[in-house]
Amino acid sequence: MYIIVVGGGKVGYYLTKTLLTEEHEVLLIEREPDKVESYSERLGAVVHQGDGAEASTLAEAGAARADVVIAVTGEDEDNLVICQMAKQKFQVGRTIARVNNPKNEHLFRLLGIDVTVSQTNFILNLIGQAIPERSFIHLMNLRYAGLAIVEASITDRSPVANLTISQVDLPVSCAIAAIARGKEVVVPQPDTVIEVGDEIIAVTTLEQESELRDLLVID
Amino acid sequence: MNVVIMGCGRVGARVASLLDQNGHSVTVIDTRPQAFDRLARDFAGDTVIGTGIDEDVLRLAGIESADTFIAVAAHDNRNLMAAQVAQVIFKVPQVIVRIYDPVREDTYRRMGLTTICPTTTISAMILDHVIGAGLSTSRRGSEG
Repeated sequence: MYIIVVGGGKVGYYLTKTLLTEEHEVLLIEREPDKVESYSERLGAVVHQGDGAEASTLAEAGAARADVVIAVTGEDEDNLVICQMAKQKFQVGRTIARVNNPKNEHLFRLLGIDVTVSQTNFILNLIGQAIPERSFIHLMNLRYAGLAIVEASITDRSPVANLTISQVDLPVSCAIAAIARGKEVVVPQPDTVIEVGDEIIAVTTLEQESELRDLLVID
Repeated sequence: MNVVIMGCGRVGARVASLLDQNGHSVTVIDTRPQAFDRLARDFAGDTVIGTGIDEDVLRLAGIESADTFIAVAAHDNRNLMAAQVAQVIFKVPQVIVRIYDPVREDTYRRMGLTTICPTTTISAMILDHVIGAGLSTSRRGSEG
């Protein structure tokens, strides 16, 4: 995959570094020449100097053939415009924006950003779920129809432990996508039994997230 | 008419003062309190300190009952985001946004925003003068 990362803060730097080790083609766009020079020494010729919201910079970076554009600058307005320009001018299929103010997640989804990542919300969720244990985690928001991907850890106190999938009375707009069991991934069938220790990955509307949580885990 | 203006620079302050003098109800938003010094001495509208990309700041400025929102802060991206918040979240009937970058201006105009690009407008005005004068000089030269 060809991935363009915009914004060379710590997130952008480590993201680029990690994606490179996973053998993707990656280009990091950063505005400040000093940072570009220092990153180029460490990462090689994968750093481009420029303003990622400028169409000319995106064109130089080859945005037209990019599979993904990820905007992770410290400013929400920049991340929004970078993703919108990538979509509108270069028809990039998938745009991912870091959202600094959690209130902007909803807006970004309305404005067509495919995936939003809010560190603030992520940490808040971890704190919220840390008591008594991290049994239900909000993993990601998807733009489409206000959907979220969540993960639930099944303990012996879970209302659905030892039930088959067909016995679970899921809210109408929720679906169990996969079950992680040890190192195995189980594709759920109607007769699959939910076991203690399973990690359930589910897709839900944001409205039904808390209903799903009550069904799968006990807080 | 209720008007909310983000950015109290030269343009924002002037538009705010003129609309106020014409009897409209105006609120101006800026991150720097000293920016409001640019408003006309008799400005009777309201001022709000903050950034127009924050929904709470916009609410405080009365965006929910605004007929028009004007984004003329210094940064293109901030103007573009605030304009889209006004249009999509608060459904303000008229949203006007200033964008310096002609490519971004073109892109967002196609997406349905009412845009003004000083770069294009002023360049055209300057070229009108320069090329007009240049043409008449060269014509004189060839004739002579």
